Amino acid sequence: MSTVLPVHLEQLEVNLKKMARQRAIYTLIGIGATAAVVIFGIGVANEYNAGSFQRGITNFFDYPVDMISEAWEAGWNFPPLLVKHFPELLATINMALFSTFIGFVCAMVLACFASHNMIRNKAVVSVVRRILDLLRSFPELVIAMVFLYLMGKNLLPAVIAISIHTTGALGKLFSEAIENIDTKPVDGLQSAGANWFQRVRFAVFPQVMPLFLSYGLLRMEINVRASTILGFVGAGGIGEALSTMIQWRYGDEIIAIIVLLVLTITSLDYLSEYMRSRLIGDNK
Amino acid sequence: MLHIKNVTKTFGSVRALNAVSFEINEPQMVGIIGRSGAGKSTFLRVLNRMTDASEGEAILEGVDVLKLKGRNKLAWQKDCAMIFQQFNLVPRLDVLTNVILGRLNNQSTLRSCLKFFTKEERYQALSLLDRFGVSESALQRAETLSGGQQQRVAICRAMMQEPKIVLADEPIASLDPLNARLVMESLLSINREEQITVISNLHTLDTARTYCDRVIGMRQGEVVFDAPSSDLTDEMAREIYGAEADEAFEGSITSTSLGNAPKQAVG
Repeated sequence: MSTVLPVHLEQLEVNLKKMARQRAIYTLIGIGATAAVVIFGIGVANEYNAGSFQRGITNFFDYPVDMISEAWEAGWNFPPLLVKHFPELLATINMALFSTFIGFVCAMVLACFASHNMIRNKAVVSVVRRILDLLRSFPELVIAMVFLYLMGKNLLPAVIAISIHTTGALGKLFSEAIENIDTKPVDGLQSAGANWFQRVRFAVFPQVMPLFLSYGLLRMEINVRASTILGFVGAGGIGEALSTMIQWRYGDEIIAIIVLLVLTITSLDYLSEYMRSRLIGDNK
Repeated sequence: MLHIKNVTKTFGSVRALNAVSFEINEPQMVGIIGRSGAGKSTFLRVLNRMTDASEGEAILEGVDVLKLKGRNKLAWQKDCAMIFQQFNLVPRLDVLTNVILGRLNNQSTLRSCLKFFTKEERYQALSLLDRFGVSESALQRAETLSGGQQQRVAICRAMMQEPKIVLADEPIASLDPLNARLVMESLLSINREEQITVISNLHTLDTARTYCDRVIGMRQGEVVFDAPSSDLTDEMAREIYGAEADEAFEGSITSTSLGNAPKQAVG
């Protein structure tokens, strides 16, 4: 390995080493500064908090341990708890399914108007895009709380809130999918005298539908979680049950609900993965 | 029958079409030749109203089709079927549906969008597929067909429109010689049997000479030659094509002649 370098490369080698050393020093300084900030930050936080960080972190693990031991003590009474909360789970899934559907349809319509290759009028595209941005920018929780206040505690405010957010989120993805289509089929139908709706129906949708459905399934998953959270603010379903049980500190019930939720999300994940691969991978 | 008067199209300061004028008085096979960028495609797109002309008229049966608007413009597009180099079918739809889509202009938006097609439309589409030799693939997705088959499906779609005139924009430029010949023969049969004028952009001389009654040569947006194809001399062609002449004369890649094409590797 000890080959002798020509003089002009020798100097390069020296410079290279110098540079490497400099970089190492900068990295060390960076790590040191970050560590100092974190330690200082924890110190500040400790002073402001009611309890110390050390106590907090042990409590953090105490709580789940308590709940799990309660669930363990419940023994054979535990499985019936799963059955007991199942209808609430169904309500939550229904809420997610229904609002995903509404959001999907609205997004599909709006996306056509938010795509430059479908609408030549730049002002229309821009306005529809801002509407989508607006719909997407409100967190579901905020919309739901407003409607819960206006309409009382039931499922409808949550459905409205999730639908609005889903429309905004899917609409943006859909319009990007539409802008990336192959325009040759659109030209083909245009040359045959097909009107705008017919072109969208037959030249655009067949191309983008697999992608739309794939995005829709992903959104469905997100919406199950969202509708659970909305239950906490009184929108019903399993979220509301969970929030009640947490307040009453019924560990076994909390664990039962969490088990149901995890099972649901996991099976949804598998289902959507399976369907997505079928939808996208069916070119041949 | 069709009277083209001073059709001009400008893109910014570029004149893509400069006062193109000619008349077609009987159902003819018309070939438009010229080097790439001569304005051949632009002319067909203008005539079909995919692109608006800057000036000029195209009069068919007493109506200036370049001035039509809205519903009438769509109706003209139905009468003026177009065939593309890249076929422009909907890849994910089956062949039969693709053909029936040629009829969209006659259908109400609601009926067509619900994919409600009549028995007559299906029968007509199937018999067209049969006529052009692609009926076995009727239920396959369009994207699974070979280029030659797709182009024949595109011809079926064009015929489904029941057009008064057929425009073909480089219909055989992406096809191998055998399929190119099948497609040109299909276009010729449309012209001879249905008495429909077919205007095709072609980029090889032997195709124009073999299949067309009349050849129009374009250069830099202007018509520089317009005569029966038998009058197209090699000298004239050389002038039309300029620097691209050799390619057009050789034309081995997409030539429709099978016998005398020079044996050469096709990439």
